[in-house]
Amino acid sequence: MSVDRRELIRTGGKLLVLTTVAARAVEHVMAGTVDAIQRELEAEHWWAMAIDIDKCIGCGGCVRACKTENDVPLEPFYFRTWVERYRVPAVDEEHPHVDSPNGGYDGFPAASQADSEAKSFFVPKLCNHCAHSPCVQVCPVGATFESPDGVVLVDKTYCLGCRYCVQACPYGCRFIDPRTHTVDKCTLCYHRISRGLTTACCEVCPTGARALGDLKDPDDPIHEFLRTNMVHVLKPQMATGAKVYYADLDGSVR
Amino acid sequence: MPQPLKDARHLVRMAGLFLVAGVGFLVLRSALIPAGFGELGHYRSGALDDNARVEPRFAGRGACAECHDLAPEELAGGAHAAIGCEACHGPLAGHAADPDTEVPPALDTRSLCATCHAAEPAKPGWFPQVVAAEHAGDDACDECHVPHQPGV
Ligand code: HEC
Ligand code: HEC
Ligand code: HEC
Ligand code: HEC
Repeated sequence: MSVDRRELIRTGGKLLVLTTVAARAVEHVMAGTVDAIQRELEAEHWWAMAIDIDKCIGCGGCVRACKTENDVPLEPFYFRTWVERYRVPAVDEEHPHVDSPNGGYDGFPAASQADSEAKSFFVPKLCNHCAHSPCVQVCPVGATFESPDGVVLVDKTYCLGCRYCVQACPYGCRFIDPRTHTVDKCTLCYHRISRGLTTACCEVCPTGARALGDLKDPDDPIHEFLRTNMVHVLKPQMATGAKVYYADLDGSVR
Repeated sequence: MPQPLKDARHLVRMAGLFLVAGVGFLVLRSALIPAGFGELGHYRSGALDDNARVEPRFAGRGACAECHDLAPEELAGGAHAAIGCEACHGPLAGHAADPDTEVPPALDTRSLCATCHAAEPAKPGWFPQVVAAEHAGDDACDECHVPHQPGV
């Protein structure tokens, strides 16, 4: 078979155009896989939260403030943040009594006398804004994601309401909003922190038991908090990269 | 004139089919995937703004001092100095933006003070707690305590 020059140029030209088009197409298809790490390095903040168990008085102010600020349905009792009361029998660390009446929305009724012997304390909970969130990994459509500044957010216009993420979250921090049938969760008050305010829960916390922190800001008190306290994250064995740091957390807390 | 692809016509047709399928896929894909998807990661970048656009309802600690000079000074040095105004007065972004139309609700100290100070074993030992009925009987807390300077 012999190929003359013109034919060669023509076929070659077509191939060239085709490969260029194909390359553009591949680029377009792969666009969803940008280097997220790079975005995170470039971002201005890396948000986290510090919680000091010894300061929490269980007033429920954070729960009420969160519901108001973020228009979380009052009932049924879904929460973006809630407070648990632990009562741990001295000889049985593995079986704490945990209650959280209405998530702590109305505070806590005084414990019965029978329990007063037990060690007891409050544990505020919220989304841990994991750096490697299982909830983000299971979302089939990319409707939940880690923002470049380290906040796990939901794209409500894009969420299917399939509930995979609700099941995937090891901390129980997600629920389906009965009004929109899409998933809802703590946004770390993204609308506040991007305006320079602190979160609603931290705003009203009377004792500073919870404090928003920016790990990228060298002057942020969270560094002092992490340095000077015995710090723990919830379920570290899940390797979720949780960024809610608890000081003085008891081993019984799950 | 030589025809280099004469024996490969079925291959060309095949390639054509693949091309049509490929283009179809791309057209469908751009129709289904929202704008901004993939810009920052595997999500729609506009969702960041959607989340950031919500209006705050708590004005924040800095806001009140603009108009209420006295109150922060009143609080200073007292046991309540570190508490945000809105922890007691409630969400007041509306009031801070327009104080004439939205006036803060009056507070009932008996229920307000108890949300923090009611005795409960799970509260840390350092925090001052009272059993309201024993401590105050039926009196309102602000009969003896000044809310902004609660020490007696
Ligand atoms: C733009 C100025 C402005 C800002 C900001 C502002 N206020 Fe006010 N506030 C007023 C004015 C004016 C009144 C008097 C309204 C009236 O009595 O009709 C008032 C009244 C009040 C009252 C009721 C006083 C009473 O006698 O009943 C409280 C409580 C109060 N403000 C708390 C706050 C808090 C807490 C903040 C911060 C979130 C705040 N205000 C921010 C202007 C402001
Ligand atoms: C520990 C709870 C608490 C905190 C914190 C607090 N207040 Fe108050 N404040 C009260 C109570 C209770 C009253 C009495 C109001 C009533 O009877 O309705 C009051 C009254 C007021 C009044 C009415 C005028 C006056 O002085 O009596 C203003 C204005 C006010 N507060 C502003 C503020 C501002 C501004 C802050 C933050 C710097 C603040 N408050 C923090 C509980 C609090
Ligand atoms: C939002 C939670 C909160 C509310 C509401 C609240 N307090 Fe306090 N109170 C505190 C905190 C925090 C302290 C500081 C405790 C400490 O640091 O030792 C405190 C301290 C006190 C003290 C001890 C003062 C001292 O000098 O030792 C008294 C008395 C007191 N509050 C009375 C009241 C009264 C009366 C009210 C209702 C007007 C009230 N509190 C409402 C959180 C609150
Ligand atoms: C009849 C006056 C009176 C009334 C009413 C009153 N208190 Fe007191 N309260 C005092 C006095 C006096 C002290 C300081 C002496 C003491 O520690 O008992 C005090 C102390 C406190 C303390 C500090 C306790 C500690 O361990 O340091 C708290 C908290 C407190 N009061 C909360 C309240 C609350 C909440 C109410 C409303 C339910 C209230 N008080 C009503 C007179 C009163």
